[in-house]
Amino acid sequence: MNFKLVIWRQHGPDEEGSFETHEVAGIDPDASFLEMLDQLNARLGREKRPSIAFDSDCREGICGACSLVIDGTPHGPQQVTSCQTYMRDFVDGATIKVEPYRSNVLPVIRDLVVDRSALDRVIEAGGFISTTTGPQPNPNAMPIAPKVQEQAMDAAVCIGCGACVAACPNGSAVLFTGAKVTHLNLLPQGQPEREDRAFNMVNQMDEEGFGGCTNFGECSRACPQEISLDVIGMLNREYRKGAAAQRPKHRSEMIAQ
Amino acid sequence: MIKLDAKIPEGPIEDKWQTWLDRHSLVGPRNRAGKNVIVIGTGLAGSSAAASLAAEGFRVKAFCFQDSPRRAHSIAAQGGINAAKDFANEGDSVRRLFVDTMKGGDFRSREANVWRLAQLSENIIDQAVAQGVPFNREYGGSLATRSFGGVLVQRTFYSRGQTGQQLMLGAYSALQHQVAAGNAEVFNRHEMLDVVLVDGVARGVIVRNLVTGEIERHAGDAVILASGGYTNVYYLSTNAMGSNVTAIWRAHRQGALMANPCYTQIHPTCIPQSGEYQSKLTLMSESLRNDGRVWVPRSPDETRTPGDIPEAERYYFLEERYPAFGNLAPRDIASRAAKTVCDDGLGVGGTGRGVYLDFRDAIAEHGRDTIERKYGNLFDMYSKITGDDPYRTPMMIYPAPHYAMGGLWVDYELQTTIPGLFAIGEANFSDHGANRLGASALMQTLADGYFIVPHTVTDYMTRSGDAVGTDDSAFEATQDKVETHIAALVDVGGSTVAQDFHQRLGNVMLDKCGLARNAEGLTEALGEIRRIKAEFWSDLRVDPGVEELNQSLEYANRVSDFLELGELMCHDALRHEESCGGHFREEYETPDGEALRDDEHFAKVTAWEYKGDEGDPVPHDEQLTFENIKLATRSYK
Amino acid sequence: MWRSTIGKKTIVAVTGTILIAYLVLHMVGNLNSLFGPGGGEPRIDWYAEWLRTFGEPLIPYAGVVWAVRAILLGAIVVHIVAVVQLRTRNRAARPAEFPARRIGRSWEARLMMVSGVLLVAFIVFHLLQFTTLTIDVTPLEAGALYANLYNAFQEWYLVAIYLAALVFLGSHLRHAVWSLCQTLGLDSPERNAGIRMGANVLTLVIVLGFALVPILFFTGALGEPPADELSASLTTLGGGS
Repeated sequence: MNFKLVIWRQHGPDEEGSFETHEVAGIDPDASFLEMLDQLNARLGREKRPSIAFDSDCREGICGACSLVIDGTPHGPQQVTSCQTYMRDFVDGATIKVEPYRSNVLPVIRDLVVDRSALDRVIEAGGFISTTTGPQPNPNAMPIAPKVQEQAMDAAVCIGCGACVAACPNGSAVLFTGAKVTHLNLLPQGQPEREDRAFNMVNQMDEEGFGGCTNFGECSRACPQEISLDVIGMLNREYRKGAAAQRPKHRSEMIAQ
Repeated sequence: MIKLDAKIPEGPIEDKWQTWLDRHSLVGPRNRAGKNVIVIGTGLAGSSAAASLAAEGFRVKAFCFQDSPRRAHSIAAQGGINAAKDFANEGDSVRRLFVDTMKGGDFRSREANVWRLAQLSENIIDQAVAQGVPFNREYGGSLATRSFGGVLVQRTFYSRGQTGQQLMLGAYSALQHQVAAGNAEVFNRHEMLDVVLVDGVARGVIVRNLVTGEIERHAGDAVILASGGYTNVYYLSTNAMGSNVTAIWRAHRQGALMANPCYTQIHPTCIPQSGEYQSKLTLMSESLRNDGRVWVPRSPDETRTPGDIPEAERYYFLEERYPAFGNLAPRDIASRAAKTVCDDGLGVGGTGRGVYLDFRDAIAEHGRDTIERKYGNLFDMYSKITGDDPYRTPMMIYPAPHYAMGGLWVDYELQTTIPGLFAIGEANFSDHGANRLGASALMQTLADGYFIVPHTVTDYMTRSGDAVGTDDSAFEATQDKVETHIAALVDVGGSTVAQDFHQRLGNVMLDKCGLARNAEGLTEALGEIRRIKAEFWSDLRVDPGVEELNQSLEYANRVSDFLELGELMCHDALRHEESCGGHFREEYETPDGEALRDDEHFAKVTAWEYKGDEGDPVPHDEQLTFENIKLATRSYK
Repeated sequence: MWRSTIGKKTIVAVTGTILIAYLVLHMVGNLNSLFGPGGGEPRIDWYAEWLRTFGEPLIPYAGVVWAVRAILLGAIVVHIVAVVQLRTRNRAARPAEFPARRIGRSWEARLMMVSGVLLVAFIVFHLLQFTTLTIDVTPLEAGALYANLYNAFQEWYLVAIYLAALVFLGSHLRHAVWSLCQTLGLDSPERNAGIRMGANVLTLVIVLGFALVPILFFTGALGEPPADELSASLTTLGGGS
């Protein structure tokens, strides 16, 4: 298969970027999108031209490193990660536009590579259960109904790729944050910090500069893990309870172990 | 001659770890903030170690080359994690898990370590649950378990097919918790390029900031390498693109011995390769073998679609050859059996390098719903990648390089031969012998990270002496060395990208040091690798610009180490003149094609010493003793 | 609550709920005109008077009406200010024009800003016409509600303006109702289909309820006001005075 690629090139975070056109030929339909880019990079190397920087690691859809915007859609047309997007999903001879995520909170580092550390900081604000290593209670002493476990798991499968932020017209991270809050707040282990968790994570999210939710639902439709919008409802609920429960205390107390 | 002292405590095996714990020295709570620990890699082992040490009050710096600690490749582990909890009431015990692991490893691992692993396995589950890991539950709300390859009990705990992800997120959140508490600091997009030794003791590391290209010095009272395994030496493997040997290889070059590097695991259930362009192979969880039946057509000339082939003309080779374990035979055995039938021309798929994994009977017996509940996400993943529907047509699978049992030699305290330098998780060699059983990698990484290394590092730091500042001349010298190496890569100025060399290396390794090896092939491989290496250093193309994000440089740097590792693996495979576990020497097999061990000469660990770019590596032996388990021919028949 | 995006969204949802509740009351009140001109005093006129005298003598004349007006004004102002602030924030969160491709966003959701602005414009127009009687293109008289409605809705363009406004209202509500359930966290997987359906039904009921009045007047289904209607009212409209 042959394609014309219109790829975003940007040398550094503070530099202007622009689109650059490359043609690739003889691509196997079963090659993944990233393998197609590998082939392009190998050719650029042979021609002694600078290769295109993009993130990827596991290439099986679970690590969340890959982060392309293909033809205007985060990860591409199939609602799977960029690494699991295959060239057979495109029309032979097509022109494909490849860009980085566009969010002022996830700035471009180079070409198609963006800085997603803001998402780590949201987790740092409360996306954990404050336990430390050591003797723990017998897990069967705290039974969890399979249904609850399933619901928690549906949210816990978030891979933190940030496609939700990229898809959101508001650049909001509520699906990401909602997934973590839903996972932990549904489980009995998460109850003691329940209110603080939602409150602190939302505050951090706002502090980072992510936009707010207007319930467009595009995040969920771009999510390769198909995380449901319900996690946002849960986040809203938990945040409200959290805000109501707030007194001057919170974060410092929560992490003082 | 280096004397390898494993420092195994005296006494009965059940009590060794407790004996060690009771005796080890402690750092008082007030003094901990003055001690700095460097952790390289943030997978399960690295994150759990970093979080545990930070929670105790030590100052921890954790480094990962990914953009977030959560992306480390532990996240991709699918099937589950073993623990000797006996929740299934099958009479399981620490001893049984110990025996299974020793036997699974073909008696090439250290008894005391394995026993400790089995003991600690129980705590890991408790720890993970407390962190909010959503393990699958039974209807009553208790933890669910399932069986895995190589064992006869159901001791594997799981979170759907994403157990690694959930455990990884648990460890990652524990680490972020400590970052929030101010005890730990994470350096993402930082890659370790060397360890700094002062008077032979590890005192810090040199890392490259992958975004700015800046070479940074970080000093620590102890350095923990948790950088994972090296099966990317085969180019195509189930590892992540970035998985590399650099951290442990640079430590090896500085004097840490590398143990059993040729012990690599080729995992039986991977999606077969479809073309040259392919950058990695995808593993399908071994748990699929619980319900899937592995077969090939009996006739090499078979042309019918799998569904049309009648029962009598299907060769269920695992069930026929290993009736007791059948489709649940251990990984090394299942992989080799698949290779054998494909060598005999019975393989299926476009390349003839594939066997069927068929769920027809399981669906008929248990219903589609049950199968979907158990394996739904794996089936989805398979159909996403191949475009086939495994509910209707059998999956096709083929073995692929997956895990490195070999790694840095460590003693009972997980300390390498360099004082102050520890290696945990897949980066060390310790617990899996010559073959790892399913669902025990997660167990080992977390046992190392949560429960062992925090204590052994603490003990070490009570006598590590004063810390050394980054202005020490050793830091300067090591940084110079690193910068010279980077400059050398850029300065080659050729026109072949690192990927091409990597691919060529991988082909040689897979062909001659893969599922089956022989002396002739290994000797040839040594020559070929040297040739590839010479070409690498004369025709490599790396993007210019070292003071910026430069992925071609990162990749070339890793390949330069894989090339050296490949050679060492061949040396090691040549020296092990026996077949055991994942190491199968064609010269040493039983008449019916099984591995032929030579316990008299090779019941030992081979740890290699680096002797410079020109010199040949020198092997050192650690004799293994078997007091709690009888050496026996491994049989799964 | 005001500081965070989610808190502010909650406030938007709560004020929205107040406005929707008022719409329902207003719509039900309007339906009084369906009783037609009646014998002497049309029912709608009686209803208007009843609203004003509600609670007398405990509450001063037209007290309830003014209280409701104050609440509504407050709700609208808070609603708009919060939305504008959120929008400014959202714009700052990403470069313009991205993402380039929309994924299944509903047109109602996309038009929230447009429909909102048009609704504000309409409300001003509506108040100027029927409350302050400023836009007096048809003969309008204080207190004579039925007559005023009858006369106004004989004009096709006024009917068109009101129906158009209802289209925007429907569009706004369809996203708003389910969205506020989401924002207030009332949703759950089991309830979501019901919430979506409920949002549609509520929207439809409100829009149809409002649409009925101009349509029935225009088509002549509701007859002319009684002759003495024009002089029937001795009271002045609270808002019109």
